[in-house]
Amino acid sequence: MQRLSSAIALLLLFACPAAFSEEPALPAGLIDASEPMLPTGLNNEPELPSGLGTLPELPSGLSSNPESEENWQSDESPAWQTDGFLEARFGQWRKSRNVLTRHPVAETRLQLTTERAFNSFSVNISADLLYDDSATEQRPKLETGQGWLDLRSANIVFSPLSMVDIRLGRQILTWGTGDLIFINDLFPKDWNSFLIGRDDAYLKAPSDALKLSLFSDSANLDLVYTPRFDADRYIDGERAAYYNANLGRIAGTDAVISVEKPHSWFSDDEIALRLYRNLATFEIALYGYDGFWKSPAGADPNSGNALFPRLSVYGASLRGPLLGGIVNGEWGYYDSKDDASGRNPLINNSEQRLLLGYEHELIANLTLAMQLYSTRMLDYGTYRQSLPGALPAARQNRHEIGARVTWLALDQKLTASLFLRYSTSDRDYYLRPKLHYSVDDHWSYELGANIFHGNQAYTFFGQFQHNDNIYVALRYGL
Amino acid sequence: MRTLLLLTLLFVTGAANATLSVDEIVKRVNKTIYYQGQDGRAQVNMTITDSQGRERKRRLTILRLDASNSDAIEGDAYESEQKFYVYFRRPADVSKMAFLVWKHLDKEDDRWLYLPALDLVKRIAATDKRTSFVGSDFFYEDVSGRRLNEDNHQLLETTDNYYIVKNTPKKPDSVEFAYYKMFIHKASFIPVQVEYYDSSNNKYREAKALAVDTIQGFPTVTKASMKNFRSGSKTVMTYRKIEYNVGLEDELFSERFLRNAPKKQLR
Repeated sequence: MQRLSSAIALLLLFACPAAFSEEPALPAGLIDASEPMLPTGLNNEPELPSGLGTLPELPSGLSSNPESEENWQSDESPAWQTDGFLEARFGQWRKSRNVLTRHPVAETRLQLTTERAFNSFSVNISADLLYDDSATEQRPKLETGQGWLDLRSANIVFSPLSMVDIRLGRQILTWGTGDLIFINDLFPKDWNSFLIGRDDAYLKAPSDALKLSLFSDSANLDLVYTPRFDADRYIDGERAAYYNANLGRIAGTDAVISVEKPHSWFSDDEIALRLYRNLATFEIALYGYDGFWKSPAGADPNSGNALFPRLSVYGASLRGPLLGGIVNGEWGYYDSKDDASGRNPLINNSEQRLLLGYEHELIANLTLAMQLYSTRMLDYGTYRQSLPGALPAARQNRHEIGARVTWLALDQKLTASLFLRYSTSDRDYYLRPKLHYSVDDHWSYELGANIFHGNQAYTFFGQFQHNDNIYVALRYGL
Repeated sequence: MRTLLLLTLLFVTGAANATLSVDEIVKRVNKTIYYQGQDGRAQVNMTITDSQGRERKRRLTILRLDASNSDAIEGDAYESEQKFYVYFRRPADVSKMAFLVWKHLDKEDDRWLYLPALDLVKRIAATDKRTSFVGSDFFYEDVSGRRLNEDNHQLLETTDNYYIVKNTPKKPDSVEFAYYKMFIHKASFIPVQVEYYDSSNNKYREAKALAVDTIQGFPTVTKASMKNFRSGSKTVMTYRKIEYNVGLEDELFSERFLRNAPKKQLR
């Protein structure tokens, strides 16, 4: 009925102005003429460019042509909205070594993600089922993501008040302004996945946490409470080689780090805060964190085990448009509370970290992003004095310049990117080239590499120099 | 009653049209395509077909909110800053991504992209508005609108159905076209066909309105195509569940709802 009345209205729409302005009514032929119609008089206008003579046909709705029914089947949203992908990923070390696994990655992965919105809350679940031939452990460990099940998220979201959001359960959390550099984002990272060539999304490991968000006109507050410490999925030698200070060399599967991880519910907890707002189109934020170093940052002299010493972080960030690009700055003060004086050489010193970045589109589809990143040890004098003579000393300041070039080509089916971090002080670098090609709506390929270099085996990137790898992936999106 | 209202409107606009200047015509077009109502919502199905007939499909929901609550042409009252929220549903690799745009009149737009797998709110530095929107043949600017004062407008011809307007860029170096020609339906101010020409007068790109419906009194394009004659590629966008004056809140267009998609508003 509705349809009929609008059709009548539309018919009238065309009949009436014509009659009113004494123009000829629309010729029937215009609606479905296979030949273009030349309006009278147009030919007499010599200065008109050729081609003007062809007038477009009226679209259905403006003509009396009935609109063809579009295929919107499967449009009605199912109760559980489910997505996912099936992926095979295979990598090769540049050089095989006895401290490395056979392959950096050799896995088949099925990810299923589902969500459902109920009246007052919604449920989100995302789980990966995988078989990784390079893994030593196939039994699932939910905390570390090892084994055939990696539960990425399982949470509920609700708003008890209009200005409050709560997300409770397993969730991926990110904030801050850096590009693969995290200062105030103290949520767990999976450095193994990152280094062995998994998809970028796996750099983030899930937190088991409560996220409380409060919104107001003057500022917004995020508060994340993690009742039991969620460490990084740190480099421990099992999947990638690292510098072992005790051995004084690069080690891997021959010297897997054993740790003492804080594990008591509600006492070994973490709290992270972000207070943020927009100032015009600039985003400013203040951060606070109280918990532990996320990757091993200390050692117990008696057991030799690696430790996660206590850490508090205070910081700030800013991001906004500048000269046609995006500028960002972020600062953080790392208070290593178990070594407040800096006298304990076995525990990380307190630090300041500073990041400046700028991203700009050079030409259409080609973007360049630059980053300057510095870390500074704050009790360097006492650190040097207390350092046993045999151990190589870290520099007080580490400076890095970074760049990312991203190029979108072939109707955005191809994404080529090159990510670089180079330290001018430690003279080491990390290079991360990647090609991603979407064949169609389902199939995509990825080819990438991780390349490290350092003059010394103990610098930040230098220690990973045995881990150079190349990988390919084939994915089918469900 | 509704028909009567429509007719009244038609007579009024029909009478006024006789004396419309080209500036008034393009303003009405601009309002009709980008600014109708205080806000709007639609589901979009997009089919991109390349020269070899291979299809890619996108499905997304677009929410729009105008800062101005007027639709009046007089004094350009309709024209204002706008906010857009785009939520992707298909294909799988972009599912649940959200894209936020604050469109400004006097400076570059602000754009954010939310990547759910990383919980990452990324700010987009792209400034070239004449690049593909989500891999389709439509440009970002086709979807969000092009400022009228960036072109000179010339009424070439008035036919029974159309105003034919030629638009020439004031800064030719900033765009890929030499000029574009719009065939504007006189009664509805819908640009039924838009043809883009290069400097050697070759038509290389063409937009068409394929279907129009009147929704809550607003003439609305419900199906549109964009053809690229150089690549042989074509994109068809079909709009569904179109609604105006939904009552969208300004706070919807913020980081809060990027991270936590407003399920009720996206239906």
